[in-house]
Amino acid sequence: MPAKTPVNDTPVIEMRGITKRFLDNVANDQIDFTLRAGEICALLGENGAGKTTLMNILFGYYSFDEGSIAIRGEEVALASPKDAIANGIGMIHQHFTLVPTQTVLENIVIGTKDEKRFFLNLKGAHKKLLDIQEQFGLHVDPDARVWTLSIGQQQKVEILKALYRNSSVLIMDEPTAVLAPQETVDLFKTLRVLAEQGRSVIFISHKLHEVMEISDRVVVLRNGRVVNQKRTADTDVKELANMMVGREVLERIERKAVEPGEPVLEISDLTVLNDKGLEAVKKFSLTVRRGEILGIAGVSGNGQTELCEVLFGVRNVETGTVRIGGEPLRLGHPLSSVRSGLARIPEDRIYMGLLMDMTVEDNLQLENHWTERFAKNGLRRFDEIAANSQTLITDYSIKTDGKDAPAKSLSGGNLQKVILARELSSEPEVVLASQPTRGLDVGATEYIRQRMVEEKVRGAGVVLVSDDLDEVMGLSDRIIVMYEGEIMGEVVGSGADREQIGLWMTGVGS
Amino acid sequence: MQIDLLPRERSTATLNLLILLGSLLAGLLAISVVFALNGVNPALAIFSIFKGSFGSWYGIKETITKAIPLILIGSGLALAYKAKFWNIGAESQLLVGAIFSTWVGLNWGPHLPAIVLVPLMFLAAFIGGALWGMVPAVLKIRFGINEVISTLMLNYIAAEFVKFLVVGPWKGASKGGYPYTDDLPAAAILNQFPYSRISPVLLILAVTGALILGWLVYRSRFGYEIRVIGENTYAAKYSGINFFRTLVVLMAISGGMAGLAGAGELMSIHHYLSYPDSLSAGYGFTAIIVAWLARLNPAYTIVSGLFFAGIVVGGDAIQISMGMPAATVDIFNGMILVFLIMGDFFISHRVRIRLGRTVDA
Repeated sequence: MPAKTPVNDTPVIEMRGITKRFLDNVANDQIDFTLRAGEICALLGENGAGKTTLMNILFGYYSFDEGSIAIRGEEVALASPKDAIANGIGMIHQHFTLVPTQTVLENIVIGTKDEKRFFLNLKGAHKKLLDIQEQFGLHVDPDARVWTLSIGQQQKVEILKALYRNSSVLIMDEPTAVLAPQETVDLFKTLRVLAEQGRSVIFISHKLHEVMEISDRVVVLRNGRVVNQKRTADTDVKELANMMVGREVLERIERKAVEPGEPVLEISDLTVLNDKGLEAVKKFSLTVRRGEILGIAGVSGNGQTELCEVLFGVRNVETGTVRIGGEPLRLGHPLSSVRSGLARIPEDRIYMGLLMDMTVEDNLQLENHWTERFAKNGLRRFDEIAANSQTLITDYSIKTDGKDAPAKSLSGGNLQKVILARELSSEPEVVLASQPTRGLDVGATEYIRQRMVEEKVRGAGVVLVSDDLDEVMGLSDRIIVMYEGEIMGEVVGSGADREQIGLWMTGVGS
Repeated sequence: MQIDLLPRERSTATLNLLILLGSLLAGLLAISVVFALNGVNPALAIFSIFKGSFGSWYGIKETITKAIPLILIGSGLALAYKAKFWNIGAESQLLVGAIFSTWVGLNWGPHLPAIVLVPLMFLAAFIGGALWGMVPAVLKIRFGINEVISTLMLNYIAAEFVKFLVVGPWKGASKGGYPYTDDLPAAAILNQFPYSRISPVLLILAVTGALILGWLVYRSRFGYEIRVIGENTYAAKYSGINFFRTLVVLMAISGGMAGLAGAGELMSIHHYLSYPDSLSAGYGFTAIIVAWLARLNPAYTIVSGLFFAGIVVGGDAIQISMGMPAATVDIFNGMILVFLIMGDFFISHRVRIRLGRTVDA
């Protein structure tokens, strides 16, 4: 989209020389950042580049060691989010901060002056909310309970919450990471309306195409410094990627042709219910062979999650069987899935696969701790465990202060590497990766995609479930599209027609 | 003035220790207020408490005597709390342990030598406490019943059952109508160090028990599974840890340790089963604080158990010397626990206080 001319010359936000240290670690180093009214500015950088730290400073979460912040030309001290909100800054986190059992309106009113009275002034708030909805074209039923809303609608509630507090600047931390493609389109529409009405948006993202599509200006951070900033119209994806990682990025991972071997994962007639008791996967059959990557594309919520959960061993089935390496898999039993030679890379890493307050080593041990290699007669073999941790940290280039560092000190990409190291080091027969690069930076994404290809070359059957169509198309030898729990269509990866896949994803058959 | 609560970006061992000491100090300050309100010089009272417990040979011996049950129970509780299983029922697990070992002592005792009888009575006590501890674990896993409620309620059931036994079927023929069982046979009575009430067997049992449990938590496969369950229940299920087995075994150990404490009190101090209050003096509850002060490391309960035993002994001393009410020690313990738990908040958060203009959102 064309760059707009700024409405007003005084920047809404002007951060000067911001430096933030965590012990020895400089997270932000002399960062200058300005934002004008009506501008959508993308903040681009790898995990650990300092984007989130900078935004947490702007939102009053973190103090800073050096520098100053001015809002509309006036220097301010932002000691807490309260101050930031009072200054018209709103932040929308990746993980929403809504109360699921309350209504949209109640969620929006929480913490405002309207709520501090003994009796809520919900009538007045209702009207104010409808006015805002009208003004920005953001329609969500104020009386709906939040848990009944889709992720995209919940995000709208978060945006409404910020607008209700009269925010003129919206910080959005990877807002599209949780959205389906159509929801992303909606979000971008909303952001444009916001900008047209003079509000500013800071858009934190790893997805270069999105940055190109939505932003007016891009600020690229690397290792805590601003490496460059450009008007979006004056740059392109390749250049941005280079600035971000400081080296040439492989736009496309080499697919590497391997002659597929015998079937290694056989799913037949699987019917699975979701949490609401509805059929999420219907009479689903699929065969994956050694030496191939099977991509499962589809809009999220079409049964992919439930299918993965069955294979992971954490969801029961109505009917159907699964065989791994010819052996029937005992369903609904996580340990059987582990023992069957299935590498499990879950969609929700932190919730399912990691122990954030425990050490890197404890995390590398999870689900392998019982093996004879690591425990004999119930006693843990610490020599073996330590040696294994060291090897994995080196082999998978996990950036950490050591095997005894807490997992929570690692960046998102390194946490995913911990999971990969744990799952792949046992040379599994089948690799099931669900959204393996979601929320990760370019460097980590590339690494993980590379590993998927290596697993295939080694002879594993790889199943890649991803919302990122580019990823599925770039890596898969064969692609199936899931729609409402069924296979809508199947194509060979190299000759895949994007448009055809898009049609299948939206339920249009061939 | 404005107070901001913010997540702590990083924490260190030194900081954690400082917070622990700070919490203890704040607890003592709060207790000082209670003393002052009673017209007692707080500094003198606190000094007297520790002088009463650690200031004389008699005090030290009594402190060790009372530390033994606290260490036994506290280390078992620390184990359970590590898995975030909130066992508040150690008091009743202690009582059931005492019931089981009394039965063994009274029925088999007369025919067995001490070398066989004593281990058998400890074993029976462990089994009794373990069974009583496993009930809430099964209730929680199979029916989702909150373990805080069930363990707490089981305390009353066990206490009433002990009362029923000592006034009813087990009432001793030799006790002249008092609600006690008959004395245990001589073979069941533990030797004590001269001029003290400390039983060497119990002391060794408590210290090695706490060390073994500490080792279990940090060195064994079982301990790893306990910590994973406590850290992230969902990841524990996902990684195939058997919840039922782990939690049931965990509570068997936790309850069994309390059961051992019950047998110890019985065989070393009391020599017969009597009313629940006289048998336990609230050890099952005080041990909750012992476990907490040990930062849920069973091995550290050796130190924190001594500390709280000191407060119990010293509290008794000032009750007599200063005329403080009997509840003083309970208030003392309660205050310390509240401040310890509050201290945990500061491990994960930092607070910033700013003077001057208030910005209103």
